[in-house]
Amino acid sequence: MSQIFHPSTNTISRLTIFGGAGFVVALVLALAAINESPYITDVGVARSQPVPFSHKHHVGDDGIDCRYCHTSVEESSFAGIPPTKTCMNCHTQIWSDSPMLEPVRESFRSGKSIQWTRVHNLPGFVYFDHSIHIHQGVGCETCHGRVDQMPLTWRAEALRMEWCLNCHRSPENYLRPREEVFTMGWQPSIPQQELGRQLVRQYGIDPPAKLTTCSICHR
Amino acid sequence: MFPKSDNELNRREFLSVMAASMAMAGLAGCAATPPEKIVPYVRAPEDLLPGKPMFFATSMPTSGYGMGLIVESHEGRPIKIEGNPDHPASLGSTDPFAQASLLGLYDPDRAQIVTQSGRISTWDAFITALEDSLSGFESNRGDGLRILTETVISPTLGGMLQQFLAKYPAARWHQYEPVNHDNSRGGAQLAFGKYVDTQYRFEDADLILSLDSDFLSWQPGHLAYARKFARRRKIAPGERTMNRLYVVESSFTITGAMADHRFPVRSSEIAGLAKALADQSLSGEPTWLGQVVQDLAEHRGRSIVIAGETQPPEVHALAHLINDRLGNLGKTVFYTDPIETNPVDQTRSLGELVQEMAAGRVDTLAILGGNPVYSAPADFEFGQNLSRVPLRIHQSLYFDETAEQCHWHIPETHYLESWGDVRAWDGTTSIIQPLIVPLYQTRTLYEVVSAMLGNPSQSNYEIVRTNWQKRQPGQDFESFWAEAVRRGTVPDSQEKPLSIKPRTQILPLGETVQSGEGLEILFRPDPTIFDGRWANNAWLQELPKPITKLTWDSAALMSAATAERLGAHDSDVIEIKSQNRSLKAAVFVVPGHADRSITLTLGYGRYRSGRVGDGHGYNAYTLRTSSAPWIAPNAEVRKTGERYELVTTQQHHELNQRHIVRHATEDEYARSPAFAQEEEREPKPEESLYSPHENIDYAWGMAIDLSACIGCNACVVACQAENNVPVVGKGQVANGREMHWLRIDTYFQQGPSSLDVYFEPMLCQHCENAPCELVCPVEATSHSAEGLNEMTYNRCVGTRYCSNNCPYKVRRFNFFPYTEWNVPQFKLLYNPNVTVRSRGVMEKCTYCVQRINRARIEAKKEDRKVRDGEIVTACQAACPAEAIVFGNLKDPASLVSKRKAEPRNYGVLAELNTRPRTTYLAKLTNPNPDLVGKK
Repeated sequence: MSQIFHPSTNTISRLTIFGGAGFVVALVLALAAINESPYITDVGVARSQPVPFSHKHHVGDDGIDCRYCHTSVEESSFAGIPPTKTCMNCHTQIWSDSPMLEPVRESFRSGKSIQWTRVHNLPGFVYFDHSIHIHQGVGCETCHGRVDQMPLTWRAEALRMEWCLNCHRSPENYLRPREEVFTMGWQPSIPQQELGRQLVRQYGIDPPAKLTTCSICHR
Repeated sequence: MFPKSDNELNRREFLSVMAASMAMAGLAGCAATPPEKIVPYVRAPEDLLPGKPMFFATSMPTSGYGMGLIVESHEGRPIKIEGNPDHPASLGSTDPFAQASLLGLYDPDRAQIVTQSGRISTWDAFITALEDSLSGFESNRGDGLRILTETVISPTLGGMLQQFLAKYPAARWHQYEPVNHDNSRGGAQLAFGKYVDTQYRFEDADLILSLDSDFLSWQPGHLAYARKFARRRKIAPGERTMNRLYVVESSFTITGAMADHRFPVRSSEIAGLAKALADQSLSGEPTWLGQVVQDLAEHRGRSIVIAGETQPPEVHALAHLINDRLGNLGKTVFYTDPIETNPVDQTRSLGELVQEMAAGRVDTLAILGGNPVYSAPADFEFGQNLSRVPLRIHQSLYFDETAEQCHWHIPETHYLESWGDVRAWDGTTSIIQPLIVPLYQTRTLYEVVSAMLGNPSQSNYEIVRTNWQKRQPGQDFESFWAEAVRRGTVPDSQEKPLSIKPRTQILPLGETVQSGEGLEILFRPDPTIFDGRWANNAWLQELPKPITKLTWDSAALMSAATAERLGAHDSDVIEIKSQNRSLKAAVFVVPGHADRSITLTLGYGRYRSGRVGDGHGYNAYTLRTSSAPWIAPNAEVRKTGERYELVTTQQHHELNQRHIVRHATEDEYARSPAFAQEEEREPKPEESLYSPHENIDYAWGMAIDLSACIGCNACVVACQAENNVPVVGKGQVANGREMHWLRIDTYFQQGPSSLDVYFEPMLCQHCENAPCELVCPVEATSHSAEGLNEMTYNRCVGTRYCSNNCPYKVRRFNFFPYTEWNVPQFKLLYNPNVTVRSRGVMEKCTYCVQRINRARIEAKKEDRKVRDGEIVTACQAACPAEAIVFGNLKDPASLVSKRKAEPRNYGVLAELNTRPRTTYLAKLTNPNPDLVGKK
C-alpha cells in the first residue's frame, strides 16, 4: 500500500501548525499595538478646531497664565473653557481684523457659542476634579504635556485607568510644589522621589490605600 | 421615567433587532469614538463656575400654601430640591411632593403651547379673543364674567384678582380645591363667628389628641409640626420629656401610626366622641375616652386637641372649645387672621358658580389652575354645566380633563420657571424666583390675570416686582428685594396671634352625619398623588404609599372584618353604590382600619393626565358629592367577581419574633435603658475569620432614630432625585424589581392596647463584614478606605450574587434599561455627579458618596478635616423628623457617634456579624399606663 500523503505534507502541516500559532500571536500583538496606538488613544493627534487656536503662541510666546482662560481650575472640577468674551478681551484690540478670528467675532456678535472639538474626554463614570489635583501639587503639564509647545492641542496622555493609578499608587513620582503647578517645563531641583516624599507629607496627600479606593473616582 | 410596557418581542422583531444590533456592533468596532463638542458660554453669567452647583432660595406653592426651598442648580439646570432652613414651613426639610416637583418641571407631557379647541394657537391670538370678550363686559360691569381659581395665598395674585373685581364689579371670583379647608373654616365660623387660622405649638404639648387629623402629612404647616412633634419623641436615658399622642381615626394615616394609643373609630362617630369630650358626658362612651379625658385634665395648658379636615365643622368648633377649657389657648394653640387673600367656603363658592352656569348666566369663564371637570363634586355635574358657557378659558400645567372641554388652553408655567410670591401657613411671605427659563411657551397665572386687566405684555417679573415696590415704598427697595429673594422670606411677614376666645356655647350641635349600621365611604387625599395633581409624576406613582405599600394604584381600603363581611379578599373588585352613583374598585385589607367603613383615595382614574398617570386605579370623585365630601354614609357594596391586580412593595408586615424592630415604652426604657442591645447578642469584632478593614481619617456611619421616623416617604423621593434612581412601572414592581435605594419597611404588631406600627427606613447598611463583597466574582463591590461599601458600575457584570447574599435586600438590579435616555427634558434632570445606570448592573445606596467626595475635596483645599454636619445625605436633608444622622464615627464628638453611643442603638441582623454601619435607635412609645391592657 502506497503512502497516502506525500512527504512534503510533513512540512506543510508543520508550517500550518506553527504558522497558525504564530499568526494568532501576531494578531494579538498587532491588536495590542493598535490599542496602544494614537489611532485609538488619540495621543499626539492634533484636533482641528473651528479657530486654529494655538496654545504655543498664547502660552509659549505671550506667556499668558493658564488661569487667565481656564478660570475655574482651582475651584471647580471642570477647568473651564473660556467664553468668547475672554477671547475678545484682547482681540478687540489686537488682530481685530484677522480673518482667522472671524468665528470668534461672529460668536460675540450673534451670541452663539463656538463649538470647540473636545481633546480630553473621560468616560461618563469617571469623576475627575481639577481643583483638588491643582491644590495637591499636580502640575498642568503632568497630564496635559507641554501645552506651550502645541500649535494645535493634542492629548499628551491616553487618560486610561492604569495611567491614573500610576500616580494614585505613588504620587511622589509626580508631585511638584504648589507654586510650580502652572509652570511649563519645570524640573525638580532635588531628585523627584525625594521631593515627592516631602510634598506628600507636607500636603497631606492621602495614602495609596485611600487614593485607590473605587469611589474616589467612580460613583 | 415612563413605565415600561410588558409586551414581549415576537420572533420577527427579535430577529430584526438582533440583526441590527450585530450590524451596529460591527460598525462601532471599526472606528474610535468620534470627538465630542465642547461649548462654552459667549458671555459667562456672573458668579457661575462650570462644574460647581449654585443654590437659590425659592418657594413652592401647594394648594396655595408656600413651602420654602433651596434648589441646587448646575449650569442653569435645577437638579435637586432641599428645604430652606430659614423658612418656617420647611425648617430645612421637604415632603415627597416638593422633592418630586422637580420631575414635574421636566415632564415632557406638560402642556407646551396655547391651544384653541385642541389646535395649536398663539398667545397673541388668545389676547385678541380675550380682549374681544372683555370689551363686551365694559357696558355691564362684568356681569357674566367669572374666574375660578384654586386657593390663592399669593399677595400679588390676590391683589390683582381684587383689582379685577374692582374693574368689573359684577364679575365674580370663585375658588375651589377638592382637598380644601372648608371644615376648619366652618369650625372657626361656629366658634368665633369669623374665619381664623389655627396654629399649634407641638414643642410645648405634652399631650396631643387628634380627632381624625393627619397633622404630620397634609395639614398646612405639617413639616414644622413633624419637626417639633418628633423632637419630643427622642429622649436620652433619664429624660422623661416624651409627649403622648392619642389618635382617634378611621383610615390609617402616618399620624395614626405614630400614636401611643390609636383608636380606630368610624369617621362619623368621631363627632359624637368630641361632643362627649366637650360635655364630659361619658356614659355610654367607650371606657378609654374616660382615661383620655382624665389625662387631658392632668395636662391643662400643655395639651392640644386637634380636629382633622375630614371632620365636620362642629368637631372643629368643639376642639376649639376644649382647648379653651383646658387653658391651651395662647400656650399651645394660637389663632391668626386667615392668610388667604379671600377665604371662602370653597364648596359653596363652586356651587354658586355651577348654579349660574346651569342657569346660563355665565358668558365667559376663566379657570386659572385646577381641574374641576375631574375633581368637582359629582352632584355639581361640572363638565356638563361647563358646556353651557359660551367662552371657556383654562390654564393649567397639563392639557387635562378640564382643558379638553374648554375653548382656550393656556399652558401654565411651572413654579421653578416663574416669579411669584406666596405665603406659608403662618403667614411668612416668600418671593418665588425662577431657576430656569420656561422650557415651553407657557404663561404664569400672574400674566394671564394681568392680561385680563388689560396689560398683556407685562412680564411675570415686572408684575411681582412692581407690586412689591408698591408695598415697600420709601425705604431702600433694592436692598429689601435682593435680601428677600436671597433669603427666600420677607422679614416679619408672619401673622400675629389674635387674642380671641371661642363662644362658650357652640350647641346646639347640628345633626352630624350618622351612618347607622351601614357601610360608610371615606374620601381621603392620596398619600402620594394627593388630589390627582401629581398623577403624571412617576416618582410619586411608584412611591409606595405609607401603611399599605401600594404603588401605581388606588384601592378600596378596609379592615379584615369588613372584607370578611363582604366576602372579599385583596384584589377582588367590588361595586360601591352611594347616593345613586356607583364605582368599581379593588379591595385592599389594611390592619387597623375602622370596621364598617371603606376608604377611597382621591386622585386616580385619570384619563387625560399624561402617559404616566392615565388608566391607574379608580376615580373616587365620581362618588364624592358636595354634601358628603369626606364621609358618605350608607353605601351599598357588592362583590363583582372580577379581579384587579394591585401591586405592593412589601407583602409581609409581621415581625414574627424577629428583632428587626426593637421597641419599648418610656417606662421600660427608664428601667432598662439598654433593652435594645439585650434583645439579641451581637458578635464581637474578633469573632470573624476576616481581618477588619482599616479606616483612614474617616469612618462614615449613619444612625436612624425609629422613635422619630414618621414614615412620610420624603427620604425615598429625595434619594431618587439625588441619585438618578429610575422608575420601573407597575409590571416590574409586581415582579419585585423596584429600584428605590431606600425603602421604608412597615411592620404591624398587636400591642397591649392597640395595633402598633413601626416604620423602618431600610437602605444599604454598609456592613463592615459585607456579605455582598465576598461573593462578587469581579470585585465590583468592595470596601473603601473610609468604610463605605462601594458599588462600581463599570466593573459589574450582573451576576446578582451580591443581591442574593445581602440579608437586608437593599441591592437593586437593572433588569432592563429603565432609565429614559432619549427624552431630551430628562437629560436636564439627572444629577451630573452620579452615573446614570443602564441595563445589567447592580446598584444600591452609596451614602451619597458624591456629597462625601465634594466635602472631602473642599476640606482638603482648605487644609482641614471634614467638619461634623458638613456632609448631609439626601435622605437626611429631606427628613422633617431629623430621624437620620450621618457622620464620622472616628470622631467621638460627632452627632452620629453620640447617637450610636446611646443605649437604644442597635444593628439590624447584627447577629449575623455583618457589623452594619447603619444602625437604628430603638423605638420608644409613651402609652398611658391606665390604658394599657384595656381595649
